[in-house]
Amino acid sequence: MGILINKDTRVLVQGITGHEGSLQTEQMIDFGTNIVGGVTPGKGGSEVHKKPVFDSVKEALGETDVDASVIFVPPQFAADGIFEAIDNGIELIVCITEGIPVHDMMRVWAYLKTSSSRLLGPNCPGITTPGASKIGIMPNPIHRPGNIGVVSRSGTLTYEIVDTLSKNGIGQSTSVGIGGDPVNGTSFVDVLELFEEDPETHAVVLVGEIGGTVEEDSIEFIKQMSKPVISYIVGVSAPPGKTMGHAGAIISMGVGTALEKIQAFEKAGITVAKSPSEIVRHVKLPPYKV
Amino acid sequence: MKLYEYEAKEIFLKYDIPIPKSSLVSDIYGAGEAAQKMKDVVIKAQVHTGGRGKAGGIARASGPLEANNSARRILGMSIKGFPVKKVLIEEYREPLKEMYLGITIDRKAKCPVIMASPQGGIDIEDIAKNSPEKITTVHIHPLAGIHEYQARMLAKSLDRNNIPELIDIIKKLYRVFIDNDCQLVEINPLAQTKDGIIALDAKMVIDDNALSRQDFPEEENGSLEEIARKNGMSYVGLDGDIGCIVNGAGLAMATLDMVKYYGGTPANFMDVRAGANEEQVKKALEIVSSGKNVKSIIINIFGGLTKCDEAARGIIDILPELKIPLVIRLSGTNETEGRAMLEKHGIRLAASTEEAAKGVVELGNSNQ
Repeated sequence: MGILINKDTRVLVQGITGHEGSLQTEQMIDFGTNIVGGVTPGKGGSEVHKKPVFDSVKEALGETDVDASVIFVPPQFAADGIFEAIDNGIELIVCITEGIPVHDMMRVWAYLKTSSSRLLGPNCPGITTPGASKIGIMPNPIHRPGNIGVVSRSGTLTYEIVDTLSKNGIGQSTSVGIGGDPVNGTSFVDVLELFEEDPETHAVVLVGEIGGTVEEDSIEFIKQMSKPVISYIVGVSAPPGKTMGHAGAIISMGVGTALEKIQAFEKAGITVAKSPSEIVRHVKLPPYKV
Repeated sequence: MKLYEYEAKEIFLKYDIPIPKSSLVSDIYGAGEAAQKMKDVVIKAQVHTGGRGKAGGIARASGPLEANNSARRILGMSIKGFPVKKVLIEEYREPLKEMYLGITIDRKAKCPVIMASPQGGIDIEDIAKNSPEKITTVHIHPLAGIHEYQARMLAKSLDRNNIPELIDIIKKLYRVFIDNDCQLVEINPLAQTKDGIIALDAKMVIDDNALSRQDFPEEENGSLEEIARKNGMSYVGLDGDIGCIVNGAGLAMATLDMVKYYGGTPANFMDVRAGANEEQVKKALEIVSSGKNVKSIIINIFGGLTKCDEAARGIIDILPELKIPLVIRLSGTNETEGRAMLEKHGIRLAASTEEAAKGVVELGNSNQ
């Protein structure tokens, strides 16, 4: 059921005592996520929402098993938090933090490659499998269990699409936000591979945006997939050379326009929806019918 | 953040990368004085845009009188909308050969990439398009740094007669790139002169996410972009007449696209960020409504961290001063409360991004 997480996934919250860390921990507990504790250096021994707080990931691992960690640490310390999770062999690291310097992320990526950890994000809303577990900050009420996999570079746009699907009676297997930074961990292709293998996922909605070529890079894999992929790419009205909110959303040296991506997808025969409601129409059309 | 040529060259100087003697001036008197010392000079407009040369923002002068005249002309210029407030008076160095050297981030490889071309002085994009075989690229492992053999390969591709000197410059430029959290550092042209290799131009772009640990003075220009940034929001001015306020970058882009899809033209991009509160929404309305040509505004909030009732309060706060019609969509956290508050004030509410975009475009059409 779904990818990467399930109801048994034991989650550690790095930065649990901060405002957002604490608030989102409560939301995750409400959703049904198995939160086993949190980490904030210097706050070890305290509790947040009845969950134990440790000074380090290593100390947490001395008390409990951990399958995944979620990072709410401020941007200037977030890379360190990721390194700590990697060094402690955490399988899945979800980094919510926005604003991490890109040089830090290049170093993280080089380090990550030599480990067995998977990083989702940074600058992402996390991952949700309805009815099972949520790691991240997607609003609780919008999800509905079902068979559509959602993967997106955005936060609130993911909520909009998941909400639109749910309101139209279309449930999701898992919704994944890979993040809006120029250098991140898990890619579109990584998530598509998992959806392709997941028996609960019958079709995938891929939400892309301007900047870089991660959409184009996924075309070859999509063409080989047995499951239909419906895409939606935003930023048609974005001018070149300007960062559109996300650090990674920038048309730079003429590369990364929405139009290029849309044309590349259409040329490859991949469905491109022009709006969230059109995504619903495509999902409901045969042979995609849910 | 883009640095000016003179700022980038000040950094080069610290790292011992050769640059011409120069003097930064903001009035013509300074220009004459500087030219007196150096005799044969180049006067270069300091602006954050390319194509200075074509626009007449670069002039060569011999002697103070000529330098004064050129400086007067260039200081009064505006290049692609950027007024020239400072000029760099530089000693003229005759290039015997113009090369290109740049370092940027390869998003796909997720590491720094150094690009070198024996042909410089023109845009790297043009070299890449017309003669890609003339560009040598080398990827650098961010944890290992640049290896000697990599610098040697690049140096050889630039000019096999000056390898040791070029290796030195390449390694220093990589330090500049790392130490200053650069997204881009570029020397174009990197010139061979009779007295050695020298950086005739310099371009640096710093990662905005790293500005808190770097020490670059931010230039204040009072633009809406700047006001938004200081309030933790992201604004980009566009050409249209429909103001846009959205929480989240992806949803903001989607909203702009929808406005365009229904036949409208957005006046701006505005991401108030997830978690925006009453004050921020109010501030966002102030900023967006002060954009020129804004005739109507669409507000699209999908509450997660942002609470709809707080957003509604921010909107209601500024309502009495606002002369521009609004179309609002509120969904998510505390949606019912937020919508009820706005309905009391007779504000038009939409159920989805698409409905809101359609609504705001229709509003514009009916007002004409």
